[in-house]
Amino acid sequence: MTRAVVRFDTGGDLPAPNVDMTATLSTFEMPSPILTASGCAAAGRELDQFFDVTRLGAMVTKSIMMEPRSGRATPRIAETPSGMLNSIGLQGPGVHAFLEQDLAWLRERGARVIVSIAGGTTQEYEDLAKILRTQEGIDAIEVNISCPNVADRGQVFACRADSAAGVVASVRRSSDPSIPILAKLSPDVTDLATIAVACERAGADGLTLINTTLGVVVDTDTMRPALAGITGGLSGPAIKPIAVRCIWQVREVLPDIPILGVGGVRSGLDALELILAGANAVSVGTTVFRDPSAPLRIHSDLAVALADRGFERLSDAVSFAHREPDLDAVEVDEPEVPEWL
Amino acid sequence: MPIQTRGEVVTVRRAGAYSVLTITAPGVPELTRPGHFAALAIGDLNTSGLLLRRAFSIHGVQSRGIYGGTIDLVISDVGEGTHWLLQRRRGDAVDIIAPLGRPFALPREPVSCTLVGGGYGSAPLFMLAEQLRERGCRVDIVLGAATEQRLFGVLEAKRSATTVTITTEDGSAGERGRVTDQLEMVMERAGSEVVYACGPMGMLAAVSELAQVRGAYSQCAVEESMACGIGVCMSCVIPVIGDDGITRMVRSCVEGPVFRGERVRWDDIGTVPADTLGAPTAGGH
Ligand SMILES: Cc1cc2nc3c(=O)[nH]c(=O)nc-3n(C[C@H](O)[C@H](O)[C@H](O)COP(=O)(O)OP(=O)(O)OC[C@H]3O[C@@H](n4cnc5c(N)ncnc54)[C@H](O)[C@@H]3O)c2cc1C
Ligand SMILES: Cc1cc2nc3c(=O)[nH]c(=O)nc-3n(C[C@H](O)[C@H](O)[C@H](O)COP(=O)(O)O)c2cc1C
Ligand code: FES
Repeated sequence: MTRAVVRFDTGGDLPAPNVDMTATLSTFEMPSPILTASGCAAAGRELDQFFDVTRLGAMVTKSIMMEPRSGRATPRIAETPSGMLNSIGLQGPGVHAFLEQDLAWLRERGARVIVSIAGGTTQEYEDLAKILRTQEGIDAIEVNISCPNVADRGQVFACRADSAAGVVASVRRSSDPSIPILAKLSPDVTDLATIAVACERAGADGLTLINTTLGVVVDTDTMRPALAGITGGLSGPAIKPIAVRCIWQVREVLPDIPILGVGGVRSGLDALELILAGANAVSVGTTVFRDPSAPLRIHSDLAVALADRGFERLSDAVSFAHREPDLDAVEVDEPEVPEWL
Repeated sequence: MPIQTRGEVVTVRRAGAYSVLTITAPGVPELTRPGHFAALAIGDLNTSGLLLRRAFSIHGVQSRGIYGGTIDLVISDVGEGTHWLLQRRRGDAVDIIAPLGRPFALPREPVSCTLVGGGYGSAPLFMLAEQLRERGCRVDIVLGAATEQRLFGVLEAKRSATTVTITTEDGSAGERGRVTDQLEMVMERAGSEVVYACGPMGMLAAVSELAQVRGAYSQCAVEESMACGIGVCMSCVIPVIGDDGITRMVRSCVEGPVFRGERVRWDDIGTVPADTLGAPTAGGH
């Protein structure tokens, strides 16, 4: 496939500052900390027209389910201040078509891949994990647990520690032990830390924070909800502080768990903010709709921002905002103690 | 293959109720076919609070000249995004991705073609008319709008078509009524075998049905709200019947915006028909 010409104003292909941008999520090592976000990049083919997707940390694919799925009726989106609401309803071709068409393409293209899975029952997640186990070319699995649980009157799995942990445990058990499992959590809970800890105990090798947060837009012309599905997930820069808050809270209780940060990132500094709060790598979602080549720009701008702050390695910046207050003083020379004291 | 580029505004000029924006887009004219669209970012690419690109049919292209490749878009000022675009002045920058989508399919034989435009929906039809005429096709154009002010391209139509029929709902120009009131007569007279249409969904549905009744092909360009325009978000879907007879929710930004009229389930747009592949079962999602 030939590539679209992207004309950068600045940056883009400038010589990269000398910062080691290697990022790791458990045992999965990537040359860049910038990934796509599930549902915001399909399976990479379309974006590959705008930039070389093998340069990303990894492609995170649209959440896949067992069977083909039509998704919801339209309108599926509404624009909001610095954000958007979506209610796509997990439209997808089903796992078999995904493997034959999408994963095969990604593998051939040589892209690193995190496959996102979704289910209506714990069994469906488990079945998906077993199918993925037979496949080559998967670097990690992201478990989207922001799905209605058929067995629990449509309550999403991510809302309760027990149902979230149940899904994570069965996916972990059914997957290739060498492949990290990331549990993607919802911010729409009262006590995120408890759910994060439950997922970690259930065997999650890492967490993806955050999925969209629920909202409603009422159209003042029709005087009805703007989306056919009424509620939708809010994403984009508007939710960045929520993402940073969630990453922060989880990092406080789980100092070592790998975190894939996502929510509202549109610049190198946004990515840095999530990293300083505790993210080991960062997914770019809604921003791709506006600027398909943004992930590479964000990578280069992040490298510059790290260099400007004296970091030689990206990994040194992870959770840096949690450092002890007195650490800022280490560089300052000890004042001479006057003799008379 | 689309190009993402920082375009520079050349001119913004009034055309009745609309404005025509001419903007540089080097490399885009050579790739553009009639029916392609462009997606424009509103405000500064990296800081604007209006995140979603706005889609516009490509009305015309100039591949050479002092600006080295420009495109023309016909824009109706309906909201914040289009308003911002029409406030731009010469030299202002606007980020563009184009050409996007699947264009109108052109007949191999020199058949009789009728082109139907509703409001600014006529924007892509003149480039199409020109290419059809180059292939020796007869071209008849039907333009309709609510009022005379909301018609676009009447003069251009007269230059490129054998006959031009105008309708307005208030009777301020041409025949009072809707394009579909006149279409049957025009098709009859021209012996048209293909109908090309762009405009509101209701008009497309009626055109497509009429074409089917008359045994003509129809090619309809739809306008569905889009978040990305490049096929990655699944927001712009409509129910379309595939070659295998199965209905799927199909992305209108990459598999459209031009569809064969008889394949689109017009009455079901805005719903997921029960026989769609992967449709929710009772009590399901
Ligand atoms: C393929 C395609 C071709 C189009 N061609 C033209 C054209 O040639 N000339 C023209 O004037 N308009 C055209 N439109 C419609 C144009 O995109 C909308 O009028 C425009 O997006 C409105 O933006 P706004 O911010 O001014 O309005 P607002 O109402 O404030 O927009 C709010 C949101 O709704 C979306 N939206 C609103 N109206 C429409 C609409 N009719 N279609 C799709 N999305 C909409 C916007 O993109 C935005 O995300 C086309 C749309 C599509 C999908
Ligand atoms: C249109 C759209 C579709 C999405 N689909 C999925 C999905 O299938 N699975 C998932 O885990 N998250 C999905 N998300 C959520 C994103 O992956 C991401 O968590 C969220 O949008 C916040 O990041 P952002 O602000 O960078 O977009 C979707 C988001 C959008 C906007
Ligand atoms: S607008 Fe995003 S898939 Fe069509």
